[in-house]
Amino acid sequence: MTKLQNFTKGIIKENPVLVLVLGTCPTLATSTNVMSALGMGAATTIVLLCSNVVISALRKTIPDKVRIPCFIVLIAGFVTMVQMLVKAFSPALDEALGIYLPLIVVNCIILGRAEMFAQKNSIVDSAIDGLGMGAGFTLTLVMMGTIREVFGNGTWLGFPIPVLSDNNISILTMAPGGFFVFGLLIAVVNKFSQNKPKKREFGCEGCPSADICHGKNCGEVEADD
Amino acid sequence: MNKLISSVSPHINSNSTTQKIMLDVVIALIPAAIASVIIFGARSLLVIGVCVAVCILSEWGFEKICKKENTISDLSAVVTGMLLAFNLPVSIPLWQAAFGSIVAIVVVKQLFGGIGQNFANPAITARIIMMTAFSGTMTSWVFPDASSSATPLALISKGQISGLPSYLNMFLGYHGGCLGETCTLALLLGGAYLLVKRVISWHTPTAFIATVVIMSFICGKDPLYQFMSGGLVIGAFFMATDYSSSPATKWGKIIFGIGCGLITVLIRFWGNFPEGVSFSILLMNILTPYIEKMTRAKPLTGGGKV
Repeated sequence: MTKLQNFTKGIIKENPVLVLVLGTCPTLATSTNVMSALGMGAATTIVLLCSNVVISALRKTIPDKVRIPCFIVLIAGFVTMVQMLVKAFSPALDEALGIYLPLIVVNCIILGRAEMFAQKNSIVDSAIDGLGMGAGFTLTLVMMGTIREVFGNGTWLGFPIPVLSDNNISILTMAPGGFFVFGLLIAVVNKFSQNKPKKREFGCEGCPSADICHGKNCGEVEADD
Repeated sequence: MNKLISSVSPHINSNSTTQKIMLDVVIALIPAAIASVIIFGARSLLVIGVCVAVCILSEWGFEKICKKENTISDLSAVVTGMLLAFNLPVSIPLWQAAFGSIVAIVVVKQLFGGIGQNFANPAITARIIMMTAFSGTMTSWVFPDASSSATPLALISKGQISGLPSYLNMFLGYHGGCLGETCTLALLLGGAYLLVKRVISWHTPTAFIATVVIMSFICGKDPLYQFMSGGLVIGAFFMATDYSSSPATKWGKIIFGIGCGLITVLIRFWGNFPEGVSFSILLMNILTPYIEKMTRAKPLTGGGKV
């Protein structure tokens, strides 16, 4: 895998939210508008980059049996730093993200990348992986935030959009609307990537009519007699 | 040599097809459509037209995109469109009606597998989504002469009993409300047609309406008003009897109807909303698999002992 592939895999092919379906909770909660989506994406990317680098650097020191607590302590440290920075420089964003900023600690994407990637790969690769995953997360959040803010509120980044601001579909900014948009984006990504969901296969084994039917009626198998 | 013919069940066939049943439902809905035009003016025809057209289009489009068998000829999309339109105020902006129709067909019906696979009634669910999305336009009731009025249930819940329309106006549908739900006479005609044609059985509507009437009586509200106002009649005859989202067993239908009636009464008398028919049907739709499991017919030999 080249360095570029390592970076781009996080955007579509292994998109942390839409393909790996990690970090669903902050995704739904902070994608109500573009501003908080951007803030959440940036904060998570920074934490992800730092934790990936440090965990990769310490991968030979951390004993395997206690690796999860060690990862969590490291991640929590970075989250605390990011939270303090956001509180100091952008209190409005801190207000908008609320509880979801400290909750980055338990964001599955970060622990997931530490476990799946950083503890097995070099520092540079882990940094690139963290950046790629962060970019994928941020892009997804901004995309959802755009859809939800434009159609749900009639604004984009706070700027009103002429026709839509009078005709908004307010359910999109609420929780059910978040799930709708989330599901639709997953469907679109599945459609345009190779990650097609496996079709369920129905055999004759479980069918009560198998003895007389031999698959003739459901077109599953050719009759063999 | 004798040949034993073996075939897969079902062994008894009847002539009824989805298309015929749906055609009967459309016929049963026509009196209410005519009543809505008389009461609320020609715009109600426009709303019905938009809903039906968008429902058919989105069904066709979704099945085209997903390369599924095309089912628009079974008329189920027409029924969904008409029922959804009947649940909207006449003044609804047409793009919102179109949005609701797309939600009904694509999100509620097709994403769960199309006709017969949806766990909830598409028209009811779309109405509830629209209530959340467009709370302003979904609750403004305007008459052709541009006067507007609150629904009888809203008046009752505010305690303004003196502003209520007369029994006759309630029965004929001259009061605020969604365009297809106000005329009790037309809806009863349609319901009777469905009962005569055996498209629906009497169990669900009777249990639903009887529960509401009896509970109103117990709670000291006017049972006749509770019966004729809101979406009770259209809900009981046309929505709670949806084949795929309500129980198939006889006792299941009765339990379903009683449950709908109880939830309706709870929301109407003690809830924040003046009307609870659509919520009650959606909630009971979710319970349908459990009701069916509970009321499943026992095998003749007793069963259970393996």
